[in-house]
Amino acid sequence: MNALYRILKYAAILLWSAFVIAPFLWALTTSFKTANGITGGPTYIPWLQYRPSLQGWRDLFHSGGGGIQIAGPYLSSLIVTISASLVSLVLGTLAAYGLSRFTYRAGFVRNADITFFFISQRIMPPVVLAIPFFLMLQFLHLLDTKIGLIIVYIALLMPIAVWVMVDFFNTVPRELDQSAMLDGCSPFETFWRVVLPNSKPGLVVAGLFCLIFGWNDFFFAFTLTFTQTQLLPVAIVSLNSSVTPWWSLSAAALVSVAPLIAVAFVLERYLSRGSLAGTIK
Amino acid sequence: MSGDRSKMLFISPGLIVLVAIILFPLLFTIRVSFSDWDVARPGLDWIGATNYLRLAHDARFWESFGRLALMAVGSVLLQYLLGFGLALLVWREVRARRFFRVLFLIPMMTTPVIMAVIWRTMFHESLGPVNDLVRLLGFAPLPWLSQSGLAMTSIIIVEVWQWTPFMFLMLLAGLMSLPREPFLAAAIDGAGPVRTFLRVTFPMMAPISIGAIIIRLIEASKILDSVYVITSGGPGTATETSSYYIFIRGLRDFQVGYAAALSFTYLVIMAISLTIIAKVLARVMLVRDHAA
Repeated sequence: MNALYRILKYAAILLWSAFVIAPFLWALTTSFKTANGITGGPTYIPWLQYRPSLQGWRDLFHSGGGGIQIAGPYLSSLIVTISASLVSLVLGTLAAYGLSRFTYRAGFVRNADITFFFISQRIMPPVVLAIPFFLMLQFLHLLDTKIGLIIVYIALLMPIAVWVMVDFFNTVPRELDQSAMLDGCSPFETFWRVVLPNSKPGLVVAGLFCLIFGWNDFFFAFTLTFTQTQLLPVAIVSLNSSVTPWWSLSAAALVSVAPLIAVAFVLERYLSRGSLAGTIK
Repeated sequence: MSGDRSKMLFISPGLIVLVAIILFPLLFTIRVSFSDWDVARPGLDWIGATNYLRLAHDARFWESFGRLALMAVGSVLLQYLLGFGLALLVWREVRARRFFRVLFLIPMMTTPVIMAVIWRTMFHESLGPVNDLVRLLGFAPLPWLSQSGLAMTSIIIVEVWQWTPFMFLMLLAGLMSLPREPFLAAAIDGAGPVRTFLRVTFPMMAPISIGAIIIRLIEASKILDSVYVITSGGPGTATETSSYYIFIRGLRDFQVGYAAALSFTYLVIMAISLTIIAKVLARVMLVRDHAA
């Protein structure tokens, strides 16, 4: 009974692992194929089943004929994601600290309502915002620019930062603030010198979440940029046409999801230390 | 005085930025929905509720809600069951559990559209590995992307692949923060694993379960990227969700006024149905808590 249970348990774990890994392995093997290796039907093992080639990987560095010229979009994606995440983290952390420590009231509006207003922005479907954003950026002459995208992404990411940080600051003991105030610190000094240095786990998790959601957005980049600015997901999806170059597509996909796989390792470390349970509720 | 000023300093930058970026577009959308703005005549004229009357009779719009409900509820339910199962599996007493935890988290980190492009090649009828597996199991190859039921299944499979990790993460964090005493008490009472799960684990996990399901339903109700890449709403309109239909009307046909009316209606329906779902879920799952 117990042995059977153990076997079933590991079988389930391995089965799910196979499902998780399958697309990555498929992309990896496909990235070394040529058109011949693909039109012959599905094959998996290089040398045995098809003749491997570096064409797909070379195509990452030039344009035309299945090439994708990935460096430009990669850099744009990095700039936009990191800038928007930083701004969101700063604004979101300040607001979250305020919401966690002070009482705000304006008419019938209380702290909980303000927190809800921040977080509820995540409910807004992108498609509802797309047209107003389009017209707004057109009016500001920021269509098809990195700055325009950064502005839009700040609105998308700040709710995430507020959500994570309000929960986090609520777990930081208030005695910390009070003793700092007694030592004569102003509210801002208390926040900056005492609370913030003790908030690394929350900041890391909030920052990583912002990076993930920023890096992974497709829709806004797709509707608000055209030729001057191109982010990674848009560049890759544009390869997806009637005659898709599967090899360069696969290589490009692997290169662009790689940095976030590193993030999974960092997040797991926080999970193992148990600090994530307090951060995510 | 100075305390009041500094508390405003904390909250106002974020609040002002968010209001400026989000609230204006929302109000603008409502105004545009009462106009006839399109490619030929861009501008804010006033045509009353014409757009709303038109959408009331737009069968394609209402059908898209049915598909969205099927897709969202189906995939989120699967994600919850699988995510909970996986979290229980690697919760304790498993070799290399940290390795498996990282592995199980990875799909949610990857860019949905990019992985959807890869999945699209995998579902390819003659050249993809999915049908290779189907053949290996002794069945005839399936037209994954060109038959309506299967196209829906394909999208749900990709959604489950991508987002089960989120459920897994939330539920594992929940499991790891549970107190030990109730488990000891159950063990002393001689409760088996099934009884312990039903009487102790599940009730204690109910609040976090509700939270995780709601968050996922909210995200799933916006589904658009993967539909765009995998099936483009096809075959026909078989996998066209509400977001995708609005996208077609607004950003393909550029019927801005009509798309704004669709958007606003969609937003209101989503807000109402998600609130109802949240209330019902809380009642169903927390009642068990009191019974136990």
